[in-house]
Amino acid sequence: MWKWFHQLASPPHFYRISLILAPWLGISGLILVAYGTWQGLFVVPMDYQQGDAFRIIYVHVPSAYLSMMAYMIMATSGAIGLIWRIKLSHAVAAAAAPIGAGFTFLALCTGSIWGRPMWGTWWEWGDPRMMSELILLFLYFGYMALRSSIDDTTKADKASAVLALVGIVNVVIVHFSVEWWSSLHQGQTVFKKGTMDADMRIPLFIMLIGFTLLFGSMLLRRIRTEVLYRERRTRWVREMILSPGGGA
Amino acid sequence: MDALSMGGYGAYVWSCYGLTFVIVVFLNWRGRLRQKRIYREIEVRLKALEDRE
Amino acid sequence: MKPRQQRMLAVGLAALGIAIAAGLTLRAFQDNMMFFVEVSDVAAGKYPKERNFRIGGLVVGGSVQRDEGSIDIRFEVTDTACTVPVTYSGVLPDLFREGQGVVAHGRMGEDKVFAADKIMAKHDEDYMAPEVADSLSKHQQDIQQAVAKGAVECGTSDS
Repeated sequence: MWKWFHQLASPPHFYRISLILAPWLGISGLILVAYGTWQGLFVVPMDYQQGDAFRIIYVHVPSAYLSMMAYMIMATSGAIGLIWRIKLSHAVAAAAAPIGAGFTFLALCTGSIWGRPMWGTWWEWGDPRMMSELILLFLYFGYMALRSSIDDTTKADKASAVLALVGIVNVVIVHFSVEWWSSLHQGQTVFKKGTMDADMRIPLFIMLIGFTLLFGSMLLRRIRTEVLYRERRTRWVREMILSPGGGA
Repeated sequence: MDALSMGGYGAYVWSCYGLTFVIVVFLNWRGRLRQKRIYREIEVRLKALEDRE
Repeated sequence: MKPRQQRMLAVGLAALGIAIAAGLTLRAFQDNMMFFVEVSDVAAGKYPKERNFRIGGLVVGGSVQRDEGSIDIRFEVTDTACTVPVTYSGVLPDLFREGQGVVAHGRMGEDKVFAADKIMAKHDEDYMAPEVADSLSKHQQDIQQAVAKGAVECGTSDS
C-alpha cells in the first residue's frame, strides 16, 4: 500500500495512470450527469411547496458541494506538500483552485436565481451562508493571485499552501453556517436530518456522483499540465514529448 | 410545453441549468487550452535544443 | 524537535490563530450586520428603536388579512411563544403562506406594529411530492397547535 502510494506520487507514473483514468472518469461522469439532468428536469415530481423551482436543487447542491470539496483537496494536498515535501501534491493543489472557483461561482449564481422566486431576494448581505460562500470565492481568487504573483514555484507552493490551510476555517463556516446562525438558507438535506422522497433523492445522488467524476477528469487534466510544466527539464518529459505520439 | 414553462419558473430553472452547462464547458475548455499551450511551449523548446545538439 | 515537526506545529498554530480570529469576527459580524431580533424580545420591547432590523418566525394561521384591491397585507408572526403584528406593502415571495417561516425586514412603529419593507420566506430541508405532502399534513397541524398553545405562554416564559 505504502509502496503503491509512493509510486503514484512519482510524476511520470502519475502522468501515465492519469492519462488512462481521466477519459473513463469523464465519460462515466457525463453519462450520470446526462441521466440526472433528464430525471431532475422532467421525471422527478415537483416539490409540494416550491413547485418546479425545486428542480434547481439538482445543479445547485452538486456545485455547492464541489466548491467545498475542491477547496479541501486544495488545502489538504497543500498541507501534504508542506509537511512531506511531495512534489506532486503541490501540483494537485494548484490544479484544484480554478475548478473550485468555477463551481463556487456556479453555486452562488444558481443559489441566487433560486432564492429570487422562493425567498423573495436575489442576495442578502449579512446572511451567513451567502457571505461565507462569497468569501470562499474570494479565497480561491486570492489563492490563484498569490500563486501567480510569486515566480519561484517552490516559494509559491509554500505560501499558497499556508493560505489554503488558513482558509479551511471558512469551509467549516460555510458548512455549519445554517446551524450556527439564523440564515435564510435551509439546513442540510443530503447527509443529515432533512427528508426527501427516494424518487427525488436518488437523482440528486446520481448528480453528485456524476459531478464528482466530471470534476475528477478535469482535475486530472490540469494536474497533468501542472506536472508537465514543473518537470519540463526532466528526462522523462523530454523522452515522452520527443517520442512519436507524444503524451497529450 | 409544460417543461418549458416549469409552472412559471421556467426562466429560473432553465437559466440555472444553462449556466451550469456553460461553466462546466468553460472550465473544461480552459483546462484543455492551458494543457495545449504548456505542451506546445515545452515541445518547441525541446525541439530547438535537439536541433542545436 | 525535527524540522518536519516544527513545520507541522507552525502550520497548526497559524491555522488555530486564524480560526479563533475568524470566529470572533463572524460573531461580531452576526451581531452587527444581521440585526436579527427574536419575536419574544420584540414583544417584550427589547429591540433597536430608531433603526431597521429583522424578525423571523412562522406566519400565524388565519392571521393574514389583505386589503381588497391593494397590495397591502397584514399578518402576525410567531416564534411559537409570542406574536408580533406585521404590515407590508409589496410583492411577496412565492413561498409566503400561513404556517410558513418568514423573515421580515423593517422597523417597529409607535403602534407596536412591525412595518416591513421586505419580506423573505424560509423553507425547511424537507422536499416531497405534493401527493406525499397531503398525507403528511399532520406536520401543519403540529405547527398550528404550537402556534395556538405558544401564544398563551408569551410573557410567562420571558427570561
